[in-house]
Amino acid sequence: MQRRDIVLLVLIVVLAAVAIFVDLEIDHPQWVENLLFWQPEGARAIALRLGLDLQGGLQVLLAADVADDAAVSAEDMETARQIVENRVNALGLTEPLVQRQGERRIIVELPGIEDPALAIETIQGTALLEFVDTGGVYLEPGTVVSTTTGAPTSAPTDMGIPGLTPIGPVTQTTTTTGTVYQTLFTGAELEQVGSPYPNERNEYQIPFRLYENGTRIFDQFTTLHAPTSEQAVHYPLCIVLDKVVISCPGIASRIPNGQGVIKLGRSSYEEAYALYVQLHYGALPVPLRVETTDRVGPTLGEISVEQSIRAGIVGLSVVLLFMLIYYRLPGALADVALLLYAALNLAFYKLMPVTMTLPSIAGFLLSAGMAVDANILVFERMKEELRAGRSLRAAIESGFSRAWTSIRDSQISTIIVCIVLWLFGRNFGASMVQGFATTLFIGTVINIFTAVFATRTFVRLVFALASDWLASRRWLLGV
Amino acid sequence: MFNIVEKRRWYFIASGIVILAGIVVMILSVVRFGTLVRLSIDFTGGSRFVLRFTETADETAIRQVFDEQGFEEAIIQRLGAPENNTWQIRTKEAAPNQVEEILEALEAQVAPLDRLQMTFETVSPTIGGEVTRAAGAAVAVAALIILIFIWWSFRRVPHAFRYGAAAIIAMLHDILVAVGFYALMGFLRGWEIDALFLTAILTVSGFSVQDTIVVFDRIRENLPRYRGEPFERVVNRSILETIHRSLATQLNAIFVMVAIILFGGESIRPFITTMLVGMLSGTYSSIFIAVPLVVVWEKWSQRRALAQAAA
Repeated sequence: MQRRDIVLLVLIVVLAAVAIFVDLEIDHPQWVENLLFWQPEGARAIALRLGLDLQGGLQVLLAADVADDAAVSAEDMETARQIVENRVNALGLTEPLVQRQGERRIIVELPGIEDPALAIETIQGTALLEFVDTGGVYLEPGTVVSTTTGAPTSAPTDMGIPGLTPIGPVTQTTTTTGTVYQTLFTGAELEQVGSPYPNERNEYQIPFRLYENGTRIFDQFTTLHAPTSEQAVHYPLCIVLDKVVISCPGIASRIPNGQGVIKLGRSSYEEAYALYVQLHYGALPVPLRVETTDRVGPTLGEISVEQSIRAGIVGLSVVLLFMLIYYRLPGALADVALLLYAALNLAFYKLMPVTMTLPSIAGFLLSAGMAVDANILVFERMKEELRAGRSLRAAIESGFSRAWTSIRDSQISTIIVCIVLWLFGRNFGASMVQGFATTLFIGTVINIFTAVFATRTFVRLVFALASDWLASRRWLLGV
Repeated sequence: MFNIVEKRRWYFIASGIVILAGIVVMILSVVRFGTLVRLSIDFTGGSRFVLRFTETADETAIRQVFDEQGFEEAIIQRLGAPENNTWQIRTKEAAPNQVEEILEALEAQVAPLDRLQMTFETVSPTIGGEVTRAAGAAVAVAALIILIFIWWSFRRVPHAFRYGAAAIIAMLHDILVAVGFYALMGFLRGWEIDALFLTAILTVSGFSVQDTIVVFDRIRENLPRYRGEPFERVVNRSILETIHRSLATQLNAIFVMVAIILFGGESIRPFITTMLVGMLSGTYSSIFIAVPLVVVWEKWSQRRALAQAAA
């Protein structure tokens, strides 16, 4: 027995222990989840992420609605993505995903959504910024209001989500008040919006300047409502975005030149910046059109999960049995390696995380079926060598070393296929194709470890411990 | 020694018949649907509903609803067993608000729907065209890379080009079998090619080449070892030596795929079935097409060398 094999065995056991720990459906301690530095901070978790086809929901692929030869800048697309993300967040779903895809597309995934038509409307709609006279009433940020330009587009009862786009410091939204307030002017009057900056109390504010018409209205309004000796309370002027109150700063003095700041109260730079983006563009910087939608009923997802689990258990059990019966003792060792393989893959999906879809499960199962291929190559070699009269030890060693080129070649060609598929899927949001390619790829790489290193270590150790005993029981080797 | 290579004519004929049948089906498909294989909305653009009614629904009632909503060209198909009450309807692109109207009309006029078990998919025609181009590029790139890979694997073997060509022909054989099978299923079950079908084809191509390479690898190894033997015998020996591995590997992949086909649900069944057919064809073609082709080529060049020597 060689020292190296023992070291490898210890390594394999440790890896297996880690993988099993990750795989277990338990609440993993927070400090462990915080170790996953590649996941975004604040949202680190050890959890299996299910794709839309497995949990139900809506996927929408949006594309810049411009001529094919017209240039769309990356900044514009990023801004559009941010705006869409803000709007999507307002829908209050558990794990929405908004990603840029290629140069002019944005993919939006809304798991568990119940009203897809409203969601699409929300995403595509243009944000409406209004400066509203509330008649002296101060409104909490997040309040949904009706103004003279109209009522909120979604009735709060629709989805239990009142506003469409609460952004900035708004964290909770309150239900609409019954009154219709007077809109002084809309975002169309905004000539310029400056980047947010903090004041001495670390409260962010966004400076702005109005066009002529807006300046006149603003002047009149502030002249009328500027604090006087009798009326010392600052009269509020509410800034409303898509019928959601962002802030209600009080008027401190007359503003004749159409310049002012929107005070955000306590807020982070990100929140202030998000509002700045909204103010700056009001609407999306590029119009977006819906290119594909994909909508899956939630129950259907559950059924698919059950079916996949059943298919996986049956398929893998048959493979395990086959290896055991056909290759006997080495087969049993390969089975251990295959179980390790499955545990490692699952752990990897949870840690990355890899989004699981039906094709990606198929990719995993297929890679598991193929994972034993490397073992088969080795074992067939071993049998040949044994039949040719070699000693057990020599047969094992040459089995592994001579099968290596074939194993390498076949893994390389699978990896090539995966890469081509992945690139093919990336272009137009065929997440199904990518899912399959991803799991097949991960499986192939992990397989090199389990099928070659793990199995070899197992085989060497077992044979080192029991070679005499085995020499008289060659049927155990399947010869 | 069991001689596989000797009966090569029969394998060529058998493959020829299968492929020819596939081509006939494809031609019929062109006549009937306008394309070699029925195309899904991934390529053509449009909308697809998979609806499950909670009570029995009949086709004419469904068709009437779609007619009234302006989708006269809707293709309506039953999915699965009649008691599932599940229907697939393909239409031109439907806007989100139209979808809602259709669903409400169906519920009012046909039967109540199980909305938790429905799927709806829509693809704009522009992206359909783009998918088609991307698919073409993917197939071309994959073929090129595989060609380079084969050439690289066999760069030290005499007549490396022959092995490469034989492997590619075997690969084309498998693709034709898989596409022909799909075209047939298009008639029998209404299968349409989508992005996943291409995934299956590309995967099959990769595995087909891989399988062929294992046999060729053994030929490469055996040629110097059995220098005195005729080429045909060395080749035959190599096949017999690797056949266990090929069958054992395929068997495991087949176990998994059959399990998915039986238990894994309706939506990925065409994908996995195509892969299964392609894989079976791949195992067959590496042993019964690729290797005999190399032998034929070798014999042909030997005969030509003899003729030249005689002349």
